[in-house]
Amino acid sequence: MAEKTIAGVQVNVSEDGYLEDMSQWNEDIAKEIANEIGIELTDKHFEVLNYLREKTAAEEALSIRSVGKSGIVTVKDLYKLFPKGPLKFSSKIAGIPKPTSCI
Amino acid sequence: MDSNEKKPLEKVCMICAKGSLEDVYATLVMANGAVMEGIETKVFFTFFGLDGITKDKMLSLHTATTGNPAMRMPGGLPFPTMLGGLPGVEAGVSKMMRKQMEELDMPPVDEFLELITAGGGEIYACKLAVDMFKLTKEDLTDELSDILTIGEFYEMCDGDRTQIIFT
Repeated sequence: MAEKTIAGVQVNVSEDGYLEDMSQWNEDIAKEIANEIGIELTDKHFEVLNYLREKTAAEEALSIRSVGKSGIVTVKDLYKLFPKGPLKFSSKIAGIPKPTSCI
Repeated sequence: MDSNEKKPLEKVCMICAKGSLEDVYATLVMANGAVMEGIETKVFFTFFGLDGITKDKMLSLHTATTGNPAMRMPGGLPFPTMLGGLPGVEAGVSKMMRKQMEELDMPPVDEFLELITAGGGEIYACKLAVDMFKLTKEDLTDELSDILTIGEFYEMCDGDRTQIIFT
């Protein structure tokens, strides 16, 4: 575990840069992580991020399939929002652990 | 030269030549996984693998209950080969496998193909096999990009960070 300052807040991150404690997350942290990846966050991004955080808090497994069925975005749009990492990047920006799902 | 330099995969080209449930799903899981990692992905279905993209076959793929030494009874006891040959057993076992996969959030084949193409993955059918099984484009999934010769497929597999995977 490493400590890192993101958007002025000291947070604990994993080796891959995922937040260790999702309660340390805020929207500015999200924007800065997204910026590092090269994504500019819109309201639609935040809808997805909040959905991912809710599901993680409820300890439900995440997959792009379940996000696609959430009614928030289609899988195609999810790829447009988070190119080349629909689950990997969105989870990182949402401040939740790296996804373990294969689907 | 720095030998520790990382060279991430840029493209995977997969060839699925077998039509059993596990062969098609192995291809689909690996293809979808590659797309999710941002790797350019192309999948070529040929011979019996075509069942995986044939509309009236893809949702009822079977797993072999004979000649499959890894087959087990529920609970883990060995599965007698004689039993596997009885009418209906293979269909029943396959149905059960599909149900268990659904419980793990593994989508049915048609939806899986949609997931792959939604992320930019491409699905191709082998011209020779399509001709051999007397199929037409209309028999195959709507997610299909094209019907190709193997030569045309190889042309797409260029690049020094490309891997071809045969399942």
